[in-house]
Amino acid sequence: MNKIIAKEYFSDKVVKLVVENPLIAKSRKPGNFVMLRIGEEGERFPLTIAGADPVQGTITLVVQIMGVSSSKLVALEVGESITDLVGPLGKPTHIVKIGTVLACGGGVGVAPLLPIVEAFKKAGNRVLTVIAARNKDLIILEDEIRKWSDEVIVMTDDGSYGRQGLITAGMEEIIQREKVDECIVIGPAVMMKFASILTKKYNIPTQASLNSIMVDGTGMCGACRVTVDGKTRFTCVDGPEFDAHLVDFDEMLMRLGGYTQEEKKATEIYSQKL
Amino acid sequence: MRSKTKNKDRTLIPRVKMPELAPEIRVKHQDREVNMGLAPEQAQTEATRCMDCANPTCIEGCPVSINIPKFIKYIEKGEVLNAAATLKETNALPAVCGRVCPQEKQCEARCFYVDKLGKDAVAIGHLERFAADFERNSGVANIPETAKPNGIKVATVGSGPSSLSFAGDMVKYGYDVTVFEALHEIGGVLKYGIPEFRLPNSVVDFELENLRKMGVKFQTNFIVGRTASFDDLKEEGYKGFFIGSGAGLPRFMEIPGENYNGILSSNEYLTRVNLMGASTSNTDTPVLKGKNVAVIGGGNTAMDSVRTALRLGAERAIIIYRRSEAEMPARIEEVKHAKEEGVEFMTLCNPLEYFADEKGRVNRMRLNRMGLGEPDASGRRRPMPIEGSEFELDVNLVVVAVGVSPNPLVPSCLPDLKVTKWGTIVVDEDKMQSSMPDMFAGGDIVRGGATVILAMGDGRKAAENMHQFLQNKSNI
Repeated sequence: MNKIIAKEYFSDKVVKLVVENPLIAKSRKPGNFVMLRIGEEGERFPLTIAGADPVQGTITLVVQIMGVSSSKLVALEVGESITDLVGPLGKPTHIVKIGTVLACGGGVGVAPLLPIVEAFKKAGNRVLTVIAARNKDLIILEDEIRKWSDEVIVMTDDGSYGRQGLITAGMEEIIQREKVDECIVIGPAVMMKFASILTKKYNIPTQASLNSIMVDGTGMCGACRVTVDGKTRFTCVDGPEFDAHLVDFDEMLMRLGGYTQEEKKATEIYSQKL
Repeated sequence: MRSKTKNKDRTLIPRVKMPELAPEIRVKHQDREVNMGLAPEQAQTEATRCMDCANPTCIEGCPVSINIPKFIKYIEKGEVLNAAATLKETNALPAVCGRVCPQEKQCEARCFYVDKLGKDAVAIGHLERFAADFERNSGVANIPETAKPNGIKVATVGSGPSSLSFAGDMVKYGYDVTVFEALHEIGGVLKYGIPEFRLPNSVVDFELENLRKMGVKFQTNFIVGRTASFDDLKEEGYKGFFIGSGAGLPRFMEIPGENYNGILSSNEYLTRVNLMGASTSNTDTPVLKGKNVAVIGGGNTAMDSVRTALRLGAERAIIIYRRSEAEMPARIEEVKHAKEEGVEFMTLCNPLEYFADEKGRVNRMRLNRMGLGEPDASGRRRPMPIEGSEFELDVNLVVVAVGVSPNPLVPSCLPDLKVTKWGTIVVDEDKMQSSMPDMFAGGDIVRGGATVILAMGDGRKAAENMHQFLQNKSNI
């Protein structure tokens, strides 16, 4: 169980892994995540499920190399196993037929966005998708996203692919010419903050999938707490998706920085060991 | 044994003193036990004090009904392995209970010495630990007898003390028991909550191995209701479920600034250190450390948290509790150990607000002083803020240990399950059966945050009654 069945590098920083886990493949819904651990000394960390094949009994994870745990995961070869894998966790995305959906994915956030885009399309919606990344290398799953979208705009910060600009520029263009009924944003927290400010201006109901720090992922510890509409909520059991206009993104960004020193030190030690 | 020594002589022996690791040494080590255990001569002498009463009231005080005089007399005879076997007749985790039970409120409170002689109780807890540790160290583990397998599958949700106790009894009745656990390690609070210096994980692992040898199956990384549904498991043949998913939902005070970095629930703090090994340098999980650490609360979890902070290098480790020391729910022994180690106690104080530096890391808190008014619903005097008593304290790590609530994950998967407004599962208290006949429950998911031993008592009661329920069903 939890064996790596297939591994594909989208770029030298972003890797797709197909993992054997028939139970999670069967029970998972779009928006769910898993908690993983690599090695007996490893920490627990979350990854949103990017896809699943219940027939093959596999789930798909897309990971961006950031620090120690993501590096350890990406270092696994086909045939090796993830030490601990549990899920599906979190509340699944609320999929409805609402009309026109604006789906926005930043960087590796496009991976968990893909099953949601597919689900909204299958539910009978018009799906307009904006995907964005810093440069061409970091744009992922474009063909798969196009398959389930009525229109796709690609943005890169440096203009090396698609149009030059931030995700909000692509979003604004669509909002100006279409009546958007609902928006979903997944990506780096600062991107979700500004995307949310934009859609709030136009009163477009928006769901953001938060990527808070987690320890257990089952609602036990409160490490992932965020303030939504003035109340404390746990990303792992009340989320990971919340009404973006009610999320205190500034507090969330502050909490995401809670272990920056420890993360930096650990990454240094890990790279020295290699 | 009764005639060997005259009762009069027995009562002249003073209660044994448990050898303790010196405070200066133990504050440097997360993983060295404070109570070091009785030596064999000490155990035998203490066992001699027990008068093997014709009407042993001590047993009535034990939530799992250990035959206390029987195991103690084996120790007096020098047959310690038989003493261990006696413990295992009713208690799946004797080395655990011997360490963490509040015996002073249970068996020892009902001892003849306390009741009728006004003297110190027989040290039942220390003797239980002695017998269990002796067996573990002897390498000869007694495996309790189990009935012939009846082929009926039952499952537990969670692997904490209530589920383990349930599993231990059900496997003895002959059932095919699987313990399902959401985390990657078995044991629940025994592993993530109670620190190594009170209950080493290696001791817990030994007891778990015994359950494995009896035939109990364990499945980690499995959330019943999510990884597979209850219906899926029923289709696989499971006929009964025991829900022991615990009170793993942290409570916060909801005061301004409580979401700043460096303010953690006790669950998070203890899980990082105890379960994920964050205090050692060779594991990946970090834990935030502080020079000035405040722990809010007065129970055993608060004691565990503040003493852990000391061991992690705090210069000041402070308990902040809104009532007085007399009202603290923590075991007196834990408070005593904490004081010896240098924990400061700021009682009759209550947090109001937290402040942080420009990076969002807590650096100060504001509190006010409390006075005690009339008793409230819990029977304890109600704390009332004293006007104009506000003051500030420099802190850079805060652990909030003000209680826990039932984890909502499992109840949310069973819409027909009756729960209270606090999220605890409603059960028939005599049977531990929930509103769904094939679902039983016990431990903190029923009681709210309570103790290991009460959870175990619930597990035993549930096993006995689920056994009746399933036997009746198959007889129809």
